[in-house]
Amino acid sequence: MRRVYLDNSATTPTKQEVLDAMMPYFTEVFGNPSSIHGFGREAKKIVNESRATIANLMNAEEREFFFTAGGTESDNWAVKGIAKAHKNKGNHIITSKVEHHGILHTCETLEKEGFEVTYLEVDEYGRISLDDLKAAIKPETILISIMYANNEIGTVQPIKEIGTIAKEKGVLFHTDAVQAFGNFKIDVKEMNIDLMSISSHKIYGPKGIGGLYVRRGVRLANFVDGGAQERKKRAGTENVPSIVGFAKAAEIAYRDFDAHVEKLISLRERLKKGIMESIDYCKYNGHPEERHPGNCHVAFEFIEGEALLLSLDMVGVAGSSGSACTSGSLDPSHVLMSIGLTHEIAHGSLRLSVGDFTTEEDVDYVVHELKGIVDRLRMMSPLYDKVTGGK
Amino acid sequence: MYTDKVMDHFTNPRNVGVIEDADGVGEVGNVKCGDIMRIYLKIENDVIEDIKFKTFGCGSAIASSSIATVMLKGKTIDEALELNNKDFVSALGGLPSVKLHCSVLAEEAFKVALYNYCQNSGKTYAGLEGFNPEELDDDHHDDIDEDDE
Repeated sequence: MRRVYLDNSATTPTKQEVLDAMMPYFTEVFGNPSSIHGFGREAKKIVNESRATIANLMNAEEREFFFTAGGTESDNWAVKGIAKAHKNKGNHIITSKVEHHGILHTCETLEKEGFEVTYLEVDEYGRISLDDLKAAIKPETILISIMYANNEIGTVQPIKEIGTIAKEKGVLFHTDAVQAFGNFKIDVKEMNIDLMSISSHKIYGPKGIGGLYVRRGVRLANFVDGGAQERKKRAGTENVPSIVGFAKAAEIAYRDFDAHVEKLISLRERLKKGIMESIDYCKYNGHPEERHPGNCHVAFEFIEGEALLLSLDMVGVAGSSGSACTSGSLDPSHVLMSIGLTHEIAHGSLRLSVGDFTTEEDVDYVVHELKGIVDRLRMMSPLYDKVTGGK
Repeated sequence: MYTDKVMDHFTNPRNVGVIEDADGVGEVGNVKCGDIMRIYLKIENDVIEDIKFKTFGCGSAIASSSIATVMLKGKTIDEALELNNKDFVSALGGLPSVKLHCSVLAEEAFKVALYNYCQNSGKTYAGLEGFNPEELDDDHHDDIDEDDE
């Protein structure tokens, strides 16, 4: 059976070139970077080179970039670290209703500790309003955390404009760029970003490694106490092979940037067109232009997302859904509710995310299979009856 | 996540459809929680001669509807009323605990359809005594005992 992976927003396969770069750091260059001997020094050297590689790509200094165990850790560190270090200045944080749970659940934890959090509303495309942001800022505001590109619907926020507002008002600005890094050219200085979370496994690097950019001069509480690693702020022996893999993946992402983005947009548009032209009663979600190049998000009326995913899986197709039944909770995804979808439409949502290894044949196969699956599930649906009169 | 039996009933659901001249029809669930089940009954001499369903919902909702119709079809109404959601779950080889409410919906959809038949026909059955569709809780997600798994 053909297998088609259209869940690249969940994770990506590690590229062979990345794996090849990592391999010597398991067996040959295996020293502890904190050790003083030659084994340690050569490991330390590659960690620093990898740090410089990634920092340069975002126009940061080497000392401004810290390795973490992934995007969620980076989000936790950024928000909790700023809250802790700046609580004497204020207790107010501004974020949006469509953030990743790495931010939302961190903010909820801080609320229990006495912080006040404003969750900005978004429009039908998932974008915040800059006027709302300005109005929400008060003297107690210490942090604005707004994601770069949304993980579900792909919508990109006006990051540069948010950075400008934050700078004018003297408030720190963090962005969760886990979905964006490698898909958009991000210049942290030009965009006035003070902190930024990124992750390796979304850009064809290994899992379990990510990073946090922290602008020089920003006070941030330590996240892990222990040894002197990561400038004593995030202690623990470095994951050297993964750090090397992350840097290699980032280097490739920038080396092949134009071709990558062009390919993803072309495949995504082919997918979108194929679905929208062959299937009735569906809605394309997210911003029409300002979105992640690989993200295609469609809600199919009258059917439920988990049934859709199971059916796709049976024909070898991997996707994702924001329906309640796939989230394990009663309500559909907070993102889909925030952009104003009704429950019945949100339950039938499907995220298909194309990647570097996706082909046009893959896309055509998925469109073909999807049509049959949607028809079959609709034939079983009492909601569809109400539209067709049971015919 | 799902047993082979669940996947079988999800992939090849039995008794999907509509009975045009049904003797009883029952619909339960709501779009908010993402499951709606409708069951149609054809009853002759207190026997379920035919039963069909339409379901909007996840894999386990569709499989629960399918297995329920298979188990109910051909039974006398008294026999049918002795079956409950646990029997459907057992026949499916189990459901994940967060999905048990789907089997409850199947039981209720049948009972609502039967209630509708009773109203149409004036019949009464001991097993349906005290059953009131108005009192059904739309949201079964919270009242599932984890031990049921």
